Amino acid sequence: MAAGAEQARAAAEAAARQSYGRLVAWLSARTRDVAGAEDALADAFAAALSRWPETGVPDHPEAWLLTVARRRSIDQRRRRMTGEAGQAHLRLIGEELEQEMAREKFPDDRLGLIFACAHPAIDAGVRAPLILQTILGFDAATIASAFLVSPATMSQRLVRAKSRIKQAGIPFRIPEKAELHERLSAVLEAIYAAFAEGWTDASGAESRRRNLASEAIWLGRLVVDLLPNEPEALCLLSLMLHAEARRPARRGPLGEFVPLSEQDTLLWDAELIGEADALLQSAGALDGIGRYQIEAAIQSAHAARRFAGRTDWAAIATLYAGLMTLSASPVVAVNHAVAVAYAGALEQGLALLDAIDDARLNEYQPYWAARAELLSLVGNAAEADKAYQLAIGLEPDQAVRQFLKRKRAAVSSK
Amino acid sequence: MQYMLLLHHDDTPFTAASPEDQEKMSAPYMAYNEALIKAGAMVSGERLRGASSATTVRVRDGKTEVLDGPFATTKEQLGGFYIIEAPDLDAALGWAARCPSANYGIVEVRPIWPTR
Repeated sequence: MAAGAEQARAAAEAAARQSYGRLVAWLSARTRDVAGAEDALADAFAAALSRWPETGVPDHPEAWLLTVARRRSIDQRRRRMTGEAGQAHLRLIGEELEQEMAREKFPDDRLGLIFACAHPAIDAGVRAPLILQTILGFDAATIASAFLVSPATMSQRLVRAKSRIKQAGIPFRIPEKAELHERLSAVLEAIYAAFAEGWTDASGAESRRRNLASEAIWLGRLVVDLLPNEPEALCLLSLMLHAEARRPARRGPLGEFVPLSEQDTLLWDAELIGEADALLQSAGALDGIGRYQIEAAIQSAHAARRFAGRTDWAAIATLYAGLMTLSASPVVAVNHAVAVAYAGALEQGLALLDAIDDARLNEYQPYWAARAELLSLVGNAAEADKAYQLAIGLEPDQAVRQFLKRKRAAVSSK
Repeated sequence: MQYMLLLHHDDTPFTAASPEDQEKMSAPYMAYNEALIKAGAMVSGERLRGASSATTVRVRDGKTEVLDGPFATTKEQLGGFYIIEAPDLDAALGWAARCPSANYGIVEVRPIWPTR
């Protein structure tokens, strides 16, 4: 397919998902019945996904979807097939929504729906999948493959979560100020989880997973649009854009793994980095500091290498120390130790790494890879070799495993 | 919507307390009841006698079995309940958090399933 046609197809799909999400949010905010809203719109959404790439996006995409949804429902009623849940929504579409549509701007209830999906009463593991399904219209099978679970399991989890929203009476609204901070952090965490799932597939070989990273960025933009004064929302977007900017440099021409420190900075996307830094700056002008702000600042410090030619590891070590006080985790502690070592205090970095006491690290590949690297830098080849061996055994990604094997060979040949 | 708040806690300190202390321990519940009534959220609510007064019944193969004691032999027992009217789960959770039992026991929030 020609690049132009491919672009038109992507734009049509994005528009269809956008309108679909708005309609699902509008309907379910009034009925609390997400599954019913999806049922009512499913056929129309499928029609939009297949037709709009050819016909172009209609002038009033939401009205188009509603018209098709109603026409289909009449067809189905003749065949007595439409589910009861969908019927209630189609009535709503008929009576109330048309009045809304007549007004100039169709209300955007998607943020309320996102908050319902990331409600504390919803299991944390299903929040990101639920948002991807209700806001973006992804089917359970696609989401399942991205999250590496079976379609049946994913679909069961999604159905259960939706019936919980309905039965428990989970509200569709932006929480009050007192609660907003905590509730927003659950929303951001779900978006970040979706991004991380997509990010794991560095080579982009699995297109479904790679798309997940862009969809998460899209959700991040949506939250920033709707809550422009929340620094953590700005910083999560900044963080994701920084990471995304480096995607073209993460693999070599033969698909080999390229670590951050060896990436060609000319391959980084300067436009995305600029946008990411601007977001970080706007967040800095607002009150409060959170984990995403520090994480975005760390990414920004790495990005600065394209101008400075070197990485300011001392600054990064300080930022990680700050992050540890905000959200202590063994992963952050490992990154902190590595930054301290690269900043020049090799022995101290190694000692910090040794001091981290967490059994989970035994199965955490980056811990062993970092340990191996630092041990080889202090000249302890024997221990470094052992650590590389463990890191290689824990790494599922073939390209990363090859990279670690090369490192290990280099140490033992010294 | 209506929700039931199920108050689970260890009732032995209360049953062992003197009548004066029991009265003191009940005062926060009186205040809580008042607050529910004032807000128009109270549908009903009762305190239950101690778990040691419970009897369980089951019928198997047409035979009725009566057992002495509560259904679950845990330290935290159902000690009382409220049925409240709340616009959504967040409001119900807000009431649950204010319930005195939440400070030393557990309050379970269950939506009422309307059947009539």
